[in-house]
Amino acid sequence: MKVRTIVIGVVLVLAVALALNSFFIVDERQRAIILRFGEAVPTTKELVGFHLKIPIADEIKFFDGRILTLDTVPERFYTSEKKPLIVDSFVKWRIHDTTKYYQNTSGIEANANQILEERVNEGLRNQIGRRDMHEVVSGERDQLMLELTTNLNEVMREETGITVIDVRVKRIDLPTEVSESVFERMVSERTIEANQYRANGTEQRLAIEADANRQKVVIEANAFRDAEEIRGDGDAEAARIYAEAYGRDPEFYEFYRSINAYVTVFQEGNSLMILDPSSDFLKYLKSASGD
Amino acid sequence: MAWSDNNDNKKQDPWAEKGGQQGPPDLDQAFRKLQGQFKNMFSGGGGGDSGSSDGGSGKKFTLSPWLFVIVALVIVGIWAAFGVYTLDEQEQAVVLRLGKAQETLKDPGLNWNPPIIDVVEPVNVTKVNSLPHSAMMLTEDENIIAVDLVVQYRVANAKDYVIQIRDPVKSLEHATESALRHVVGSSQMDGLITEGREILGDEVMSRIQQYVNEYKTGIRVSKVNIDSVGPPSAVQDAFDDVQKAKEDQVRAVNEADAYSASVIPEARGNAQRQIEEANAYRDRVIARASGETNRFIKLLEEYQVAPDVTRDRLYITALESVLTASSKVMVDVQGGNNVLLLPLDQLQRNVSATDAAASDTLLRTLNPNN
Repeated sequence: MKVRTIVIGVVLVLAVALALNSFFIVDERQRAIILRFGEAVPTTKELVGFHLKIPIADEIKFFDGRILTLDTVPERFYTSEKKPLIVDSFVKWRIHDTTKYYQNTSGIEANANQILEERVNEGLRNQIGRRDMHEVVSGERDQLMLELTTNLNEVMREETGITVIDVRVKRIDLPTEVSESVFERMVSERTIEANQYRANGTEQRLAIEADANRQKVVIEANAFRDAEEIRGDGDAEAARIYAEAYGRDPEFYEFYRSINAYVTVFQEGNSLMILDPSSDFLKYLKSASGD
Repeated sequence: MAWSDNNDNKKQDPWAEKGGQQGPPDLDQAFRKLQGQFKNMFSGGGGGDSGSSDGGSGKKFTLSPWLFVIVALVIVGIWAAFGVYTLDEQEQAVVLRLGKAQETLKDPGLNWNPPIIDVVEPVNVTKVNSLPHSAMMLTEDENIIAVDLVVQYRVANAKDYVIQIRDPVKSLEHATESALRHVVGSSQMDGLITEGREILGDEVMSRIQQYVNEYKTGIRVSKVNIDSVGPPSAVQDAFDDVQKAKEDQVRAVNEADAYSASVIPEARGNAQRQIEEANAYRDRVIARASGETNRFIKLLEEYQVAPDVTRDRLYITALESVLTASSKVMVDVQGGNNVLLLPLDQLQRNVSATDAAASDTLLRTLNPNN
């Protein structure tokens, strides 16, 4: 009676254990493989959801099936003109062939990352070594990344069952000591620019001032010209008037002008005149007849 | 649901028969009864089934099957209770049924999913999150600039966000870093610092979106705000000096303009003055000419009427005026060939010192002949 109870209990527990061991659930975020006595069971499609398995014989290995990120350690690479660059990249990858992945990495993500990192660094070294700095930094970044991704994807798919979705460079920086000289260059460039602005300012100032001075001189000279012309007009007009008037009787004008001039000239009163009594003016001084 | 059906059917009977006997103390007893039932079941051998055992055990084991059912119901009830949850208005939930993601998402409100069978992953799909990023980077012309930006994003595809990628936000961060450096790396520093800001934001945003789509993060970038783009602090002074130099240039030009503005009008004023002076001269000269000639013409007209008389009159009047104002020495040259000695310097002095009357006296003194 008692033994039978124990047997029944054990059997019951075993039955439950077997039942629990006869199925497995794979989350959509996971990938899984069935190892039957350690050997991978080939499956036609991804194992997602509820599946049956042979208890004890089948062992299930679960892996993260999402897109994973490998953030590489920044490394120093040399461009084709032997300039050093510190490059920090990341890789987006995902398990593609679960069996192959398990075979090559034992299903450990760190192993996969290590393989990837080595390959990425190798690829980057090749790609960067073929290009000059300008091409790496700007022009051909997309192409560089595309080539790298394509190559890496081919190799990794074949060898480790990993799909490389994207390889991207996060940072391309100059080493610290080079950065310093870049800063110095930038400062010197700015100094040139600043000096240029100041010199331009001086240039413009001198030009504007000189122009102002020129205008001043020209304006005054023109004014002098116009003024002299106006004076000339006046003189000419006056001369014409004189000529017109005096031309009516030049002889009388001569007389008239002369006596007026005598008056003006001797008006001062400090002149001494020595007179000949026989002069016309004094003719009546000698005799009333004037002879 | 199957469990509720069970519940309805079997609930009344156990209560009716057991009365108030249910409770924790019963557990011990229930276990013993369960044991008994098993014993009973198997003792019946191949012929015995649950119905016959129920009948065979008699009064001693009447309650045991009902207890079994009750325990099961309680477990089911607890299990069911754990499946109830609420979702906030901002949230949606992705349901994984036996590991498989369901197409339809759970909406906000009270929800129920069978625990263990379903895994529920709630995701905030309306909140706009901010991801700040600041870094120094190389530009196309091999300068280094510092950029501060904030990426605003929200989860647009909750299913992808949960299922497709591990740590989608970290992926967004990586994408941001890569996209920003790419765009900056393909731009000239001057362009970026001056007017490139908005263009930079747009370009970075479309690139980030392209990357995160590729990674199936389910994230939608709504805006990339470029907070600042500028030279690194190490070279800030030099850049500031350029701005100052620009100001200096403007100042120099302004000063020159000011000089120009003061000099030229002054010159114009001077010019105007010269011209006005010339006009005055012209008018004066012409007026004088007119005046003089008019006077002459008037006299001439009278002269022509009586030339001799007028001529004599004019002559005598003029000489009178002349000789009145002057000192006079009369010498009769024709009268004798005597040498006349004139103390000219003394005479000059006298002339300047004395008036016309004195001159007259001198005249008389010097001319003893007349």
